[in-house]
Parts: sequence; C-alpha cells; structure tokens
Amino acid sequence: MRPLSPSIPEKEFVLEALGQGLRVDGRAPLEMRQPVLTFGPEFGYVECSLGKTKVICSIDAKMVRPSPERLFEGVISLHSEISPMASTEYEAGYGRPSDAEVEISRMLDKILRRSDAIDKESLCVLAGQRVWHLKLTFHFLSDSGNMLDCACLAGITALRHFRRPEVEVVGEEVIVHAPEERAPLPLAIHHTPLCFTFALFNDSLPALLDPSHLEETLCAGTMSIALNAQKELCVLQKAGGVAMEADAILKLLEIGVMKAKELDKLIEEALAADFATRVVEVR
Amino acid sequence: MGSRIEILNDGGLRSDGRRQHELRSITIQLATQGNADGSAIIQHGLTTVLAVVHGPREARLRSLTQHDRAVISVEVQVAPFSQGDRRRRGKGDRRTQELAASVKETFETAVQTHLYPRSEINIYIHVLHQDGGVLAACVNATTLALINAGVPMIDYVASVSAGTFSTSPLLDLTTLEESDVPNITLAVFPRTGKVGLLLMDTRLHVERFEEIFRLAAEAGKVIHEEMRVAIRTSTAGLVKAMGGAIVAGPGAGSSERATKALEIEDEEMVDA
Repeated sequence: MRPLSPSIPEKEFVLEALGQGLRVDGRAPLEMRQPVLTFGPEFGYVECSLGKTKVICSIDAKMVRPSPERLFEGVISLHSEISPMASTEYEAGYGRPSDAEVEISRMLDKILRRSDAIDKESLCVLAGQRVWHLKLTFHFLSDSGNMLDCACLAGITALRHFRRPEVEVVGEEVIVHAPEERAPLPLAIHHTPLCFTFALFNDSLPALLDPSHLEETLCAGTMSIALNAQKELCVLQKAGGVAMEADAILKLLEIGVMKAKELDKLIEEALAADFATRVVEVR
Repeated sequence: MGSRIEILNDGGLRSDGRRQHELRSITIQLATQGNADGSAIIQHGLTTVLAVVHGPREARLRSLTQHDRAVISVEVQVAPFSQGDRRRRGKGDRRTQELAASVKETFETAVQTHLYPRSEINIYIHVLHQDGGVLAACVNATTLALINAGVPMIDYVASVSAGTFSTSPLLDLTTLEESDVPNITLAVFPRTGKVGLLLMDTRLHVERFEEIFRLAAEAGKVIHEEMRVAIRTSTAGLVKAMGGAIVAGPGAGSSERATKALEIEDEEMVDA
C-alpha cells in the first residue's frame, strides 16, 4: 500500500527548519541516532536499533557440497525480505520485490558479501566436498528511516559475533564437534564494512546523516557510503537524485571516515561486553 | 583460465592498446527506430547499447501518474548474445533491475518532468554487447534518445567508467579491466560539472578514490562533446532537409534559414 505523501505544511516545515540547520527530531545535520546492539542467546544473533528503526540479523551455518565452479570456497547467502511488520508500505511478498527491497538487498549483498569481508576460503572444510554455508537472515522489525545502515550494522556485528563449530578432518571423514565439547571458532573476517546514508536536498540545504522516515520521504536523493575503519571505501551509491558538486561528495566521504572509526569502537565494546557474560569460552 | 594479461604494461599501454587516460572510440547513431519518438545507439569500443524513448504520452495506468509531473519508467533488456556465453536473463534479474533503477533515478533529475503532468515517459534500453562500462553506455544512450525525442532536459548526462590499477588511474574500462581493478561509474551534468550518478562496489582507499573521481568527471565532459557533435550534425541534416522542402528553389534562402535555425537551437540550449 503506497503511503500517503507528507502534507504540504509538514514538508514546508521540515525544509524551512533545514534551511536553519535544524532537524525535526532535534539532531544536528550530521548526527547519527545512537545505535544500540543487543545480542541473543545464540552466537550470531544481533538486534540493532537506530532510534526506532530495528533490524535483526541471525546467522546459521551448515555444511554443504561446494559449487563446481568454486571448490575451495564456502558459500555466503543473504536473505532480506521486508515484511509488512516493518511498515504498512511493504506488501507481503506478492510477486516481485518492491524497489526499496531490491535496493536494500543489493546494497547488503555488495557490502557484506561482495566486499570480501569474510574470507571464503577459510570456510572450506574438505576441498571439493564439504564447505560451510553461512546464511544471514535479516528481519526488518521497524522502519523509522534508514533501514539500510541499521541492517548493515546488525549484519557485520552478527558476523563478528558468530561462532562456528570446530571441525576435525580425519582422512576423508569430517567430524563436527558440538559446542559443548570444543569451543566454537570465530569467522575469519578481513575488515568491518559500515554503511552511512546521507539524505540530499535541493537548493544548498545541508545533507543529513541517518535520515528519519520523514526526511527520507522528502529528500531529493540519497547517497550511501560503505567503508571500514581503515579508510577503504567498499561501496558508494549515489543513484541519481539531486546533482552534487564533486567537493561536496568528498566532504561527505570525510565525514563517513570519521564516523566509521567511532562506530567500529562501539561494535568492539558491545561485543566485549557480551562475551564477558558468556559461560562458554570464547576465543 | 589462460595466461594473465597485463592490465597496464611498462610502456604505459593497456591490454587493448590504449593509454591510461584514453577513451574508447565512440560511435553514435540517432533515430534508428522508425516508430519510436526517440532512439539512439551508442558504442564505446565494443559495448553497444540501444535506447528507445516513447513519450511524453498518456500513462497506461492512471494509478501510476503524478499530478504535477511526468513519470519516467525504464526497462532494461540484456540480450542473451551480449556476453561470451549465451545466457537468458529474465526481467527479475537483480543486476538488470538495479541498472534500470539507476538510470531512472538519474533521469528523474535531468528531465524537466514538471512540464508534462500526468504523463509517462517510457525508456527501453537494450544491451546488445557487453564489454565493460555497460551502465555508462546505458546512461549515454538514454541521453541521446531523449534529446532525439525532443524531451526537454536541464543538461546532457554524460557517463563514463574509471578505475585504478595500483596507483595508475584508468578511464573507460573493458570487461577484463572491470573484473580486475577497483572501478567506479560516474555520470555528470557537463555544463555545471555536478555529479548525478556515482556508483562503486569494489574496495578502494579513500585517497585513490579522489583521483579517479576527478578524472572521471573531466572525462564526462569529453564524452559530452562527442554527443553534442553527433546531435548537432543530425539536427543540421534535418533542418537542411526541412529548409529545402519549405523554400522552393535552390541554395541561398534555405541555407540562411538553416544557419538561423541552428543559432536559435544554440540560444535555447544556453538558456535552459
């Protein structure tokens, strides 16, 4: 069901406030909502919330036969369907996925899978016969703007939180040890990509980091940047929308670099806090 | 997979013989489809894309119209013979949908949609041969087709792909280069130099990025020149033909009219 467009007074109010550098929810233009990371009882279950936007990512691992084209690599698959639970504007899986769904799915795929955040070769157990298949499932619980950044944060934190069972290969036989027998192992992660979305407006109004739902609806375009704390850009997406000067884009990149460092620290702290509460030895 | 082909050799030449900053040869054909309002085929080296424009016309579905502007719809079809192995891509293919969405959003800004409320502009893109820079070619073909259709725009949209091989920036990548080096696709509005579309999905350090970003923006202006020349030539031909039909008799009168018409076209373009 297509949502009602914001009323004209609402639109004018938001844009005029922006002209004075104010956002409706009181944040500064480049201020993100405080991310809150909560971990589930199992490894690899993370709930991330940015204000009222909530996304859960859960990771499941099972052993499969590798594809004939890539005999030495594991498989990572992402599932991100948006159900009407997130918002009434999403329809329950009738036929084609909506544009927003396709966009989020593609971006998550590029950021978490194609950017080589996880070393796929380390997921190989017995070359050509058994590899790990990691399945990431995203549940979008609530859409209050910027589900992409929230999902990405949930996803990468879940990957860092996840522990896979230890496997022993004896000749041609594969023995999977239960987590009670041997402590499960972390995944081999090359880098931690984090996504930042900016909402862009016309007439030299400032760009907004982490837009709320209203700001997303009223904006004249968005730009999403995914990068890691080592200043490497993973994905950059500005698909149309209002034309921007080259310098303005580079400035937003610098802001992304700064925020990536802060967010990276936050993830580390959250993970450390969670591991401290666990009884099982966590390596 | 055969021997490793060098992306950039010691002599500064790439695998297809070009220099680092050299663009591939561009071939433009306009008005190739008789029954469409506008059409164009562009070739960047071997990459060939056909764009067909219908509109602005009455929308097929009332529910999709906007009361104050025209709606742009883009459909992309990738021909099964466009790549090495014959592969049929359905419409639901994610990559194709993303291509269509990127083109649509870029032109929502470029086309003056407010002039045609409650109508629809349909853009159909056919990718005939893929050799790198497919999105860039789609954007360029669409620009030409829209101009050919007489749809008013705020500026041309010129697009190019660029990458970097360790520290050397490369322009206009082929498939071989695209799969090997980090690359970006960029579309600019040449007159203001502002960026409409910017996509990158390979890992690249921020400092390397700035270099190829600026270079690609400059390259966009070069491509704009090529497009402009093609449009001007085709329009001149049309005007000459029109001039010849309106003014009975030889030479002088019709050529004056032709140059005057070209001058007016110039002024209109500058004012827009």
